[in-house]
Amino acid sequence: MKVLVPVKRVVDANVKIRVKPDGGGVDLANVKMAVNPFCEIAIEEAIRLREAGAAAEVVAVSVGAVVCQEQLRTCLALGADRAVLIQTDAELHPLGVAKALKALQEREQADIVLFGKQSIDGDNSQTGPMFAALTGLPQATFASESKVAEGELEVTREVDGGLQTIAVKLPAVVTTDLRLNEPRYASLPNIMKAKRKPMDVLSPEELGVDLASSVEVLAVERPAERGAGVKVESVEELVDKLRNEAKVIA
Amino acid sequence: MSALVVAEHDNRSIKPATRVTAAAAEAIGNGFDVLVAGEHCAAAAEEAGRIAGVGKVLLADQPAYGHQLAENVALLVAELGAAYSHILAAHTTTGKNFLPRVAALLDVAQISDIVAVLDEATFKRPIYAGNAIATVRCKDRIKVVSVRGTAYDPVAAEGGSGVVEAVAAAQDAGVSRFLRDELAKSERPELTAAGIIISGGRGMGSGENFQLLEGIADKLGAAIGASRAAVDAGFVPNDMQVGQTGKIVAPDLYIAVGISGAIQHLAGMKDSKVIAAINKDEDAPIFQVADYGLVADLFKALPELEALL
Repeated sequence: MKVLVPVKRVVDANVKIRVKPDGGGVDLANVKMAVNPFCEIAIEEAIRLREAGAAAEVVAVSVGAVVCQEQLRTCLALGADRAVLIQTDAELHPLGVAKALKALQEREQADIVLFGKQSIDGDNSQTGPMFAALTGLPQATFASESKVAEGELEVTREVDGGLQTIAVKLPAVVTTDLRLNEPRYASLPNIMKAKRKPMDVLSPEELGVDLASSVEVLAVERPAERGAGVKVESVEELVDKLRNEAKVIA
Repeated sequence: MSALVVAEHDNRSIKPATRVTAAAAEAIGNGFDVLVAGEHCAAAAEEAGRIAGVGKVLLADQPAYGHQLAENVALLVAELGAAYSHILAAHTTTGKNFLPRVAALLDVAQISDIVAVLDEATFKRPIYAGNAIATVRCKDRIKVVSVRGTAYDPVAAEGGSGVVEAVAAAQDAGVSRFLRDELAKSERPELTAAGIIISGGRGMGSGENFQLLEGIADKLGAAIGASRAAVDAGFVPNDMQVGQTGKIVAPDLYIAVGISGAIQHLAGMKDSKVIAAINKDEDAPIFQVADYGLVADLFKALPELEALL
């Protein structure tokens, strides 16, 4: 069984981003970049499937500029067998990425495609299900537990009311939630080894996909700032303020 | 052309998030119909017909839709939605599951998690955990949009007179099966609908210690939430998580207890009207957004708080 893991290069989760004062977007100059945390969980899950003998090969793929090779190398260091970069400088959006990945899936014929449930920059939460729709595959989103059964995948999903367990026929798409696993760190020997693992570079043209977006970003602004309030000295004072000043409790 | 609002429901009743989505449809301004897709969900459809401002209600009552399996629901919504200018759903785990499939089937973009409608094609939505707000314009013929649960006040549940129209279409992709639900049962209000929320973080120390919040929640009629740290530590289940990747809430009062205030948590609650924080670390970032901050040991402060309410 082959597992395909699409990963996204994003601003590191610990960075506090800065909005450009001219409304032209988020300032990404000299900002630490990383593999999107949910994609890292997806890579970990794929590697565990291989370690458990359920999968034979783990392929990491990213769509984006040449610098995305850094994040693909990270995936190789974590244990992916090979990587594919669909290289483009185009402004990316979920439907375009899903189309590019569909074209790759036609070549790769992966049995499980493991996505992160959302990227922490765009916060769209779209690419996995869009890819599933385009390829006609079933999906199990927000997975917190997954096991391979005969020709199926049994997945427990984190939903608003609690947990839901479904079975999807293979091949299938899974998107990861936080509690699916805890990703490992890459060891130094593995980081060295990763440099020799294969990385293919493809262009959207070779795959025959059009990445043009129908969504135009008109402005990016800072949200309304919420100022710090006051410190109270005691629980009595807190209750008094909530009751008589803010009037939010009876 | 009007908008199609896909109802969020449990086959028996309509969830409040549906009426927030309807409010976004009202803001777009060309009227809206509601689709109730489920199994044995006629009661929910009748309730949808009473939503203020509704045109008609489309009822798709089929076993294939009973558990909102994305493959089946998306086929139905893409088919029915093709006659509308907008397809709207709540940005909940249900909406996030099927709506991108609908957009892809129609070969259009999706605008996720909007917080404001500027005109029929222009929307505001938070990005980077709410640390930036993007204004985006969608040029597609059909706009597929998911709406944040705190974006608008819900339209009234009563006052509408929408006729319920049964839809024959039965779409079963046959590739996924529902096995079971393990849904939290609570007498307390739902997090996303509560007027007051009290949340615990890693500082609570254990799941048992969340009992310290229960007495207070009972007295205030509050829902109980948690930070990701508390959920990851196994103190409480995932459905209690407030934050960028959990639930987005905006109650009248949010009380954060033993929560440091990581940006991912703030993303889920900083639109609350009043924020109170109790933390023993006076430098905790939560105090930078709290209207009222109390530097104290929560194990002393919580019993005192309960006694004073």
